[in-house]
Amino acid sequence: MTTTQLPGLLPELEVIRADFPILERTLAGGLPLVYLDSANTSQKPQAVIRAVDGFYREHNANVSRAVHALGSEATEAYEGARGLVAGLLGAKDPREVVFVRGATEAINLVAQSYARPRLSPGDEILVTWMEHHSNLVPWQLVAEQTGARVRGIPMDDRGVLDLHAYEKMLGRRTRVVAVGHVSNALGTVNPVARIAELAHAAGAAVVVDGAQSAAHVPVSVQELGADFYAISGHKAFAPMGTGALWGRLALLEEMPPWMGGGDMIRSVSFEGSTWADVPAKFEAGTPNAGGVVALGAAIDWMSAIGLDRIREHEEDLLRYGTAALADVPGLRLIGTAPDKVAILSFVLEGVHPHDVGTILDREGIAVRTGHHCAQPVMEHFGVPATTRASLSVYNTREDLDALVAGLQHVRQLFG
Amino acid sequence: MDSDIRELYQQVILDHHRHPRNFGELDSPDGRAEGFNPLCGDRVNVELKFDAEGRMEHVAFTGQGCAICTASASLMTECLTGKTRAEGEALVEDFRDLVTGTRDAEPGDAEERLGKLAIFAGVREFPVRVKCATLPWHTFHAALASESGRVSTE
Repeated sequence: MTTTQLPGLLPELEVIRADFPILERTLAGGLPLVYLDSANTSQKPQAVIRAVDGFYREHNANVSRAVHALGSEATEAYEGARGLVAGLLGAKDPREVVFVRGATEAINLVAQSYARPRLSPGDEILVTWMEHHSNLVPWQLVAEQTGARVRGIPMDDRGVLDLHAYEKMLGRRTRVVAVGHVSNALGTVNPVARIAELAHAAGAAVVVDGAQSAAHVPVSVQELGADFYAISGHKAFAPMGTGALWGRLALLEEMPPWMGGGDMIRSVSFEGSTWADVPAKFEAGTPNAGGVVALGAAIDWMSAIGLDRIREHEEDLLRYGTAALADVPGLRLIGTAPDKVAILSFVLEGVHPHDVGTILDREGIAVRTGHHCAQPVMEHFGVPATTRASLSVYNTREDLDALVAGLQHVRQLFG
Repeated sequence: MDSDIRELYQQVILDHHRHPRNFGELDSPDGRAEGFNPLCGDRVNVELKFDAEGRMEHVAFTGQGCAICTASASLMTECLTGKTRAEGEALVEDFRDLVTGTRDAEPGDAEERLGKLAIFAGVREFPVRVKCATLPWHTFHAALASESGRVSTE
């Protein structure tokens, strides 16, 4: 594979693209795939696919339970991935990393194990208006269980949080502030460090949904001042069904187990049981060990490029795409925050996003259409749905040219 | 643009999308229902009114949806006007068979009953869009069942 330098983009972009077998496939009619749905799920590089394959071919055994050689190898690989996640997030101690199925499970764990025992009727949980349902509904559930109240932190018409309003909402009843690091529907990068500082001054814990950030922006949980940080493996080049919760050790140690089962105990008798230390206390049952090992491979893969450079490349695509979409008649971008990732959510006057999505699909262009599991966001902008092109490190300016050409065809058809 | 897309978005469909017929609410409807597709957020409300002979003298809709959904609702209201409950129910079946592609196997006068609704045959090439086309019909079916203005959700 030759390396071609493309202006303003990563010099090794072609090499990066060649790492993704799926980008080579064609669709009906021999069309090349233009994948612009990475906020939904990212594609997987060879290294990740090989890691899953390698685990089951060479090392498959249950983790932390077997004395035999395979058991040790599997456990070592699994725990190695924990260290890699800790490194990715800038965590001090790998014991602060709990493997879960994804960001959704991570947030539910925090809601049920951290928040539920601490919430009383009248307590408040602050959640931003731009949250994915997975960082809203778990809080509504725990509010229902405890008599606490969920309140929404407003945003403006660009999709920027109103920090003044937020500051006024904080009070002695605030127990939890839940915020997405990056909005899946708008692309906004939220000022988590400032949000956390204010929350801590009010005595509240800060739970950050990092599902959309791990593959796109450098993360340091220390600098952000988070108390919990949730990531989703499948949005960061790793297999589906993988993810991690990072939490401050002292908090995790105080928290009761969320699920009971094998491998989360110290001793069990019919009179009662005692719990294993963190993180095993939160990892009941056999984990998706092959997936977790592949998550480690994904982190290695990202680190080899460097999150800073990934971010730079995607910023270039964002600038290019924003300018190109401005030429499409009747197109309105939804989410125009100054600090954004490469997510282009938009509506096209007189054409429903579903129709846009179908026509683009027939040209080989994969976008997401709908409410993006963020119905309050749609309500705020007064639209039922949007079309969303979300980019990743493997995307090119040509992908965006294809999108714009496809949208011109939509315009031709719909007038 | 490929031929399936042109087949799906025929001029008649685009016209009904831009200028939906019977769009609005009825005074004291005999039946009413609200249809919602939580996957895409499409929303359709269907209302109907019977005349003294048991024929639907008015069928109207409101809501928000894609071109396929809106055109389907619009053409549906036109085709149902003047029909009896039983005829309406039969048309729901015929339409569903048409867009899911099961109609070809079935002889009979479905084609005649469907009339201009036949333009929705192109939907069968787009399985993820079948629900867009059938949402108004499911909602109509629920409106028939609701009778006295009682709202039932699909």
